[in-house]
Amino acid sequence: MKRAVKALNRISVQQLAFSYNGRDMVFENFSAEFSGGPTAIIGQNGAGKTTLVKLIKGLLKPDKGRILINGIPAGSMTVRDLAKTVGLVFQNPNDQIFKPSVLEEVTFGPNIIGFSGEKAERSAKEALEMLGISHLKHENPYDLNLSQRKLVSIASILSMDPDILIFDEPTMGQDYEGREIIKRTIRHLRERGKLVLAILHDMDFVAENFDRAVVLHEGKIIADGHPREVFAREEIVAQAGLELPNAVKLGKRLGLKDIFLTKNELIRYLKERASDR
Amino acid sequence: MKKIVVEGLKYRYPGAERLALDDVSFEVNAGELIGIIGKNGSGKSTLCYALTGLVPHFFRGAYGGRVLLDGLEVKTSTVAEISRKAGLVFDNPFTQISAAKETVFEEIAFGLENAGVPREEMAERIEWSMKLLGIEGIREKNPFELSGGQMQRVAIAGMLVMKPDILILDEPTSQLDPQGTEEVFQVIRNLAKEGMTILVAEHKVEKLAEYADKLLLLHDGKCAAFDAPKRVFSMENAESYGVELPLAAQIAKELDLRDEAGLYPAAPDELLALLKGRLQGAAGTDERFTE
Repeated sequence: MKRAVKALNRISVQQLAFSYNGRDMVFENFSAEFSGGPTAIIGQNGAGKTTLVKLIKGLLKPDKGRILINGIPAGSMTVRDLAKTVGLVFQNPNDQIFKPSVLEEVTFGPNIIGFSGEKAERSAKEALEMLGISHLKHENPYDLNLSQRKLVSIASILSMDPDILIFDEPTMGQDYEGREIIKRTIRHLRERGKLVLAILHDMDFVAENFDRAVVLHEGKIIADGHPREVFAREEIVAQAGLELPNAVKLGKRLGLKDIFLTKNELIRYLKERASDR
Repeated sequence: MKKIVVEGLKYRYPGAERLALDDVSFEVNAGELIGIIGKNGSGKSTLCYALTGLVPHFFRGAYGGRVLLDGLEVKTSTVAEISRKAGLVFDNPFTQISAAKETVFEEIAFGLENAGVPREEMAERIEWSMKLLGIEGIREKNPFELSGGQMQRVAIAGMLVMKPDILILDEPTSQLDPQGTEEVFQVIRNLAKEGMTILVAEHKVEKLAEYADKLLLLHDGKCAAFDAPKRVFSMENAESYGVELPLAAQIAKELDLRDEAGLYPAAPDELLALLKGRLQGAAGTDERFTE
């Protein structure tokens, strides 16, 4: 049986203007399109990254312009429909978590958007499994450390199975294992055709896991493309308060002309050179 | 005299079954910059609390062994006495912000006011700390209206302004942009050079490899290693502790490059030196391997 092909998930931001206080504009005539592979939004603190994703999620109202979610103006969607379509994981899990147990926290979202009890529970369990925190399901989120709480906040969005997932600094405070879990989660979402946006400060993580990097600086996009192209533009990277991924930095210091985006690329190249002699 | 002496420190949180710190011993000299590494749950934050008296005075629980700060024993001193020696920057800046002040400037002044520092000196020190963290531009803003990264800078400035002898930072750069992270490491490296003793719990091994004098590796509450970064990263089982090796060490390991002491390099410079030696003479590489 042929399955219906689902239209590509897409966010379309059109001529957006926004300020918090009516004076200092965060965005003026800002437009952007998001669809396809995982997209990283990078830039310095205060560049407008979190403001942008809050506008997309409908938590802030634009002063001008509009945002289309899969073709529908976000402003015309009910909170419930928007919640079904777009999931946002907050930077600070404390802003998101409020239930007395991890399982209740992760089941709350699917229940509220109308999943049946059984489906909600199944979805929550899958999310906990994906994030490697099934063993914590009976804990009170506030007895967990910050990095575990962050994984709980990711699971509680995953369990709603939205088409579009936005992560505000998912790797914050994560150790090696936590970063690997998030890497795996992003790969899984990509395979299922979800649109993934993530605000990130970890350039190695961007280089290894994202198809597109959008550089935001003072409310404007100053570079946009594959990480290989973006990280080739050193002046942009400096202007935006960023750093090159460590592999790129090291490759440059070795005097290599090509961009080696990840440690594996660099190691492969160096091994070949070493065996050349 | 040693600045910090930790001897057989054991600690268990109230109601917990296992020890959060299990027989931890180490000594730190004045002006050293120490990185505390280990996977989440290994005891890094708890050690930060133990070095600043929150363990045991605030958290209570079962406590054994001792922690001496400049000869002052943490267990038998008051939090007020300890706070004059050692300052702590929490991993979550929301925890740090007093919520009693309406501007960034006043927030940073909070600790100095409580310590009774004269007005002119206060103003001078606040300007100094705001400049170090690059937050002069947001001095009039309400601390709770800041972005996460800005709030983290304010939290660090609010502690630096106290100029503690001993500074403990628990993941101080978790919300900072890459340049902000680099700046914080340069600031604490300089403060250590001027004599401040600094311990920083961090996952960013690349920065620690470059800036830390030594690393303290915690695993299940135990001290698994306390040594120079390249010694720690050259340990046979380093990765089994859930810590990622810095890129230089990973590459060296893959290519089997070791220095005369048989160690993998931790910082890029050391790797470059080794690589040049190895690749010299390889056809066509000479001109490319120049800095």
